[in-house]
Amino acid sequence: MHKSALVLLFFIAGILLMVLTAVDAAVQQDSAMESLGRRTLLVKELGLSDIALFTEARYTRHPSLADRHAAFQDHPVSFDHFPSGSLYLPPRQLVQ
Amino acid sequence: MDFIRKQAYLIDFTLSSLLRRKGKNLGLLLVYTLIVFLLASVMLFTHALRKEASIILQQSPEIIVQRLVAGRHALIPADYLEKIGQLRGVVSKRGRLWGYFYNPSVKANYTVMAPEHLELTTTEVVIGAGVARALGVGVGDYFTLRSDDGNTYSFQIKELLDEDSELVSSDLVLISEKAYRVITGIPEGQFTDIILSVRNPREVRKVAEKLTEKLPDIRPILREEILRTYDSIFSWRQGIVFVLLFGALMAFVIFAWDKASGLSAEEKREIGILKAVGWESGDVLRMKFWEGMIISLSAFMLGYLAAYLHVFYSSAVLFEPVLKGWATLYPQFRLTPFIDGLQLATLFFFTIFPYVVATIIPIWRASVTDPDAIMR
Repeated sequence: MHKSALVLLFFIAGILLMVLTAVDAAVQQDSAMESLGRRTLLVKELGLSDIALFTEARYTRHPSLADRHAAFQDHPVSFDHFPSGSLYLPPRQLVQ
Repeated sequence: MDFIRKQAYLIDFTLSSLLRRKGKNLGLLLVYTLIVFLLASVMLFTHALRKEASIILQQSPEIIVQRLVAGRHALIPADYLEKIGQLRGVVSKRGRLWGYFYNPSVKANYTVMAPEHLELTTTEVVIGAGVARALGVGVGDYFTLRSDDGNTYSFQIKELLDEDSELVSSDLVLISEKAYRVITGIPEGQFTDIILSVRNPREVRKVAEKLTEKLPDIRPILREEILRTYDSIFSWRQGIVFVLLFGALMAFVIFAWDKASGLSAEEKREIGILKAVGWESGDVLRMKFWEGMIISLSAFMLGYLAAYLHVFYSSAVLFEPVLKGWATLYPQFRLTPFIDGLQLATLFFFTIFPYVVATIIPIWRASVTDPDAIMR
């Protein structure tokens, strides 16, 4: 077999696998609907407003409820000292 | 047919040429794949997280009313519920009780809430899976909270919140209203904030305007603002994600530029010999085009597939230390794969195009010069 045929096969396999990721995503989205529904219900029942990704500080746990002084909460010039503060930008309504 | 056969022979020759410099080219492929992997991982992770947040937070309160004192969030008196009165379009309104509790023994921050819909006695508690994991407790075990006057109260764990919902509930501690008021010292007649439900989504902004007119010391937070926050929070253009991507892209540009600025003596000699044995400049260019395509396409496919597995099948394990920060409670969650075709196309363009161009230009310069001059 020519080396070019091997390359062609490799690319076809790669493209098929990439298509498969799209199929896999669609299948997983379908099967996740139930658990997404459960999460949505919990959000509705408890009136939650934020995701619990960063639990280290008030303004990273609930960024949408943070005030303008969030990063300087302890003192007017005490800069944000939590690492996750650098991953988030402040909520858009505060910087507009 | 002839054209295809010619390209096949060119690819054969290109591969042999690549294999002659096996170490160098494999190293190149590895670095290239790693760059695509990193960029694709960030892209897939942030997009899926944003999408998931936008779906589940669709049910968050339409309006949250906070009271501000000196620009900071303060408790809101229950009589504000009366003051809000009968605003047209508001279907329901209720006060919420929630706050934070720091447990120094496990160095974890809990979000403590007193939910209305759960029937809890004063000694019962429902906790999130993250809290249960951090403390090593389960249903029936005891969970203690220290009140603001220094007394310790024990609660029996009634149930754990669904592990599936960790992304929103990992750090939650749910107790009865009475217990909440005892623990936090918040007296009757005070709430953390008030949530309003509005019948017609188009009226939300109008209701918020009326609220601020009626009660100047409050700040209404709208659901659409919460959704916008999450839409932009992990945006490509924002925060450290951008810095990370910018660094990786710059490294790649330097790498491509280095390749474009000069060919190795061996590569120049190869072109000289090919031209001396009768190859045309066009053939040399086509061969180098295939070389660029083979390397860049392979790197793109391998990098993207590895990123997909990393983000959706290993819960983005490499990002965990970065996302965790100083937090002890970190939700264990598996994101639902949502892929944005446009982002993928952008990634394809920005990783493949510069490399192919950077490979072709110096070759074109070398291939149009006299073979004798090149070989010398």
